[in-house]
Amino acid sequence: MSQNMNIMIVGVGGQGTLLTSRILGNLAIAQGYDVKVSEVHGMSQRGGSVVTYVKYGEKVYSPVISEGEADIILAFETLEAFRYIGYLKKDGKILINTQQIDPMPVITGAVRYPEGIIEKIKATGARVFEVDALAAAARAGNAKAVNVVMLGVLAAQTDIDKDKWLAAVEQTVPPKFLELNKKAFELGYSL
Amino acid sequence: MKKLMLGNEAVARGAYEAGVGVVSSYPGTPSTEITQEIAKYDEVYSEWAPNEKVALEVAIGASMVGVRAMSCMKHVGLNVAADPLFTASYTGVGGGLVVCVADDQGMHSSQNEQDSRLVAISSKVPMLEPSDSEECKEYVKQAFVLSEKYDTPMLIRLSTRVSHSQSLVEVGERKEHVPKDYVRDMAKNVMMPAMAMKRHHYVEKRLDDMRALAEDCPFNTVEKNSDKVGVICGGIAYQYAKEVFPDASFLKLGMINPMPSELILDFAKGVEKVYVIEELEPVIENHCKVLGIDVIGKSILPNIGEFSVAQIKKAVDGGETEKFTVSEAVPGRPPVMCAGCPHRSTFYVLKKLGLIISGDIGCYTLGALPPSSAMDFCVCMGASVGMAHGIEKARGREFGKKVVAVIGDSTFIHSGITGLIDIVYNKGNSTVIILDNSITGMTGHQDNPTTGYTIKGEPTKAVDLVLLCKACGIDRIVVADPFDLKGFEEVVREETAAVEPSVIIAQRPCILLKSAQMYPARVITDDCKNCKMCMRLGCPAISEKDGRPTIDATLCVGCGLCVRVCKFGAIRQDDSNLKRLAQGKE
Ligand SMILES: Cc1ncc(C[n+]2csc(CCOP(=O)(O)OP(=O)(O)O)c2C)c(N)n1
Repeated sequence: MSQNMNIMIVGVGGQGTLLTSRILGNLAIAQGYDVKVSEVHGMSQRGGSVVTYVKYGEKVYSPVISEGEADIILAFETLEAFRYIGYLKKDGKILINTQQIDPMPVITGAVRYPEGIIEKIKATGARVFEVDALAAAARAGNAKAVNVVMLGVLAAQTDIDKDKWLAAVEQTVPPKFLELNKKAFELGYSL
Repeated sequence: MKKLMLGNEAVARGAYEAGVGVVSSYPGTPSTEITQEIAKYDEVYSEWAPNEKVALEVAIGASMVGVRAMSCMKHVGLNVAADPLFTASYTGVGGGLVVCVADDQGMHSSQNEQDSRLVAISSKVPMLEPSDSEECKEYVKQAFVLSEKYDTPMLIRLSTRVSHSQSLVEVGERKEHVPKDYVRDMAKNVMMPAMAMKRHHYVEKRLDDMRALAEDCPFNTVEKNSDKVGVICGGIAYQYAKEVFPDASFLKLGMINPMPSELILDFAKGVEKVYVIEELEPVIENHCKVLGIDVIGKSILPNIGEFSVAQIKKAVDGGETEKFTVSEAVPGRPPVMCAGCPHRSTFYVLKKLGLIISGDIGCYTLGALPPSSAMDFCVCMGASVGMAHGIEKARGREFGKKVVAVIGDSTFIHSGITGLIDIVYNKGNSTVIILDNSITGMTGHQDNPTTGYTIKGEPTKAVDLVLLCKACGIDRIVVADPFDLKGFEEVVREETAAVEPSVIIAQRPCILLKSAQMYPARVITDDCKNCKMCMRLGCPAISEKDGRPTIDATLCVGCGLCVRVCKFGAIRQDDSNLKRLAQGKE
């Protein structure tokens, strides 16, 4: 791999972006790469817009991804995909969970949730994959497993062995939630 | 073996390996995880102190008797701890003393963006600045050694992106530090004018010695590449700059105070053009300018916010990165109080009463955002109380009756108590509402002196807020449950009307605590008249679907606040959720 791989995970506080980026980080280490994972803690976790970055390759400097630099964006929520589409590389791809979570300005009626976001993103020319991760997560047994369903979808599109992905999930997820997460991963993988 | 570690985790590891014996801190994003990680090591005594001043004093005490000690805080915390820091700079140390301070460029989670490098310079305390997790670990270990060698506290400057990024770290073994026998040394440790004057001379000499060290030390490194462009930088800015200038020569300053001169002059001579890339204040740049070097820095890059690679690229050569753009404005997603948060009902009542709200810092600062939008002021931790008193004294008693101070339990202990004493002593009449949610919420659930548990989760004595306020001289103290909307409103009305100072303890545990009760989720029935009263609560679980309010069962925790504001009794318990909850609770 001559160039670094830049993956961005965007979503809403509480959707498990942090865990997802840690799984990806462990996966990249297992491949022998230099890795940096940038997280968010504090204020924005309280239901705000949350973004984490995973970068790996021969040598990684900045832990943060700039606009136009992401090879892959995993968007756990549709409005967040819209917000961060400017970070996608011209030849990158974005995986979007079709779930919509109203932000407070929409709940209070100050603004409307934009319509047809996915079509608008497609119209920019970006490569888009739509996923109903919420339904799959519910089938796995918990609507909160959206993050690992999305990871499964991503895994199926890479040439990294599924076993290695599962090993990274096992390494990162607390044992109590492992079964649920494995199931969610498998469902995502076969979507 | 190399391990992926947060910068903060690596700082903790470095201190552990260096044989640190005592760590006392007060939480603050982005520094909090350092001490949380330390607490996992049983060889180290660790604690949450009531505030940063106490935390640093605990560490100074430990250091004075020969034990390696550390204190960690966020940038504004260092203001609180500035008093002991500036004089500990004079006394120097016994065992190594390291103070970690995490700046928050970009204000991800802070009320200002100050640059702690300037505190290092003005307190004359040497400062190291790591740029990734491996350096975090190494620099902290080295800081303990330098602290003892040069008889000085050492500052470690972190920042959000260093503290909260994971990168690879080579983990080592702990080496126990054996303290020397304690001997009283008043000339060094009792700072009265005559002794302190001598120590001031020592401090200046120490800085000279360390300047010599800065010229040739492993922290300040030169990477010789192109002779066209040279970049001087340190900390996280180094990582950004390496991506912007792949072919340039670099002078990376890991020691930011004191800075070398010869090394910089030499480096600058070897290149045609010198950039200084640093976030916030022009600290390195000013040093270069004093040396007579013509550097490019703040003339092209701001002293506000955090940098990005794209931003630096653009500033340097005008290059724009190609990107996808959408023409439409994307609605913001500000942070919100959690579903079931007890602060929501407190602010619902305060808003209804139209009071002037002297706010403070914690999860409840979110009460300033819509839909409650119920806050007039918020400056720093503890300020709400003194400010409410100042407002009353400035505008008179009648005006004062419209004012309340709201302050969290951790924040009250941190620095609200002294404000309350001022109110009593100087015959004020303010009403102070202590939002007692039994935890330090904002920074991610740390125990504090009111919770009854230590950092290790061991039971301990809890400060009794009622007795404490009584002892300060407050006679009117009411404990009230903010979920009881009617009762709570009545209490606030009564206490603000009283011509006497009063404290209302709004008691209801943070919904994220395991001990907080969970009821089955709620559901909106056909009795709904679509008045949207429930939506005005600003609960993230309630939103509009097909023109009507709906409750998202995955977000609802069943606090029942919406049930209480619904005039039509249209919101009920959703029994179909009982099973899901039972499962989720195990
Ligand atoms: C001097 C200083 N230290 C630390 C912080 C970080 N900080 C912000 S709010 C807070 C504590 C909030 O706890 P509490 O007052 O109990 O309110 P809660 O968040 O639980 O509602 C802390 C530690 C700060 N802003 N300033």
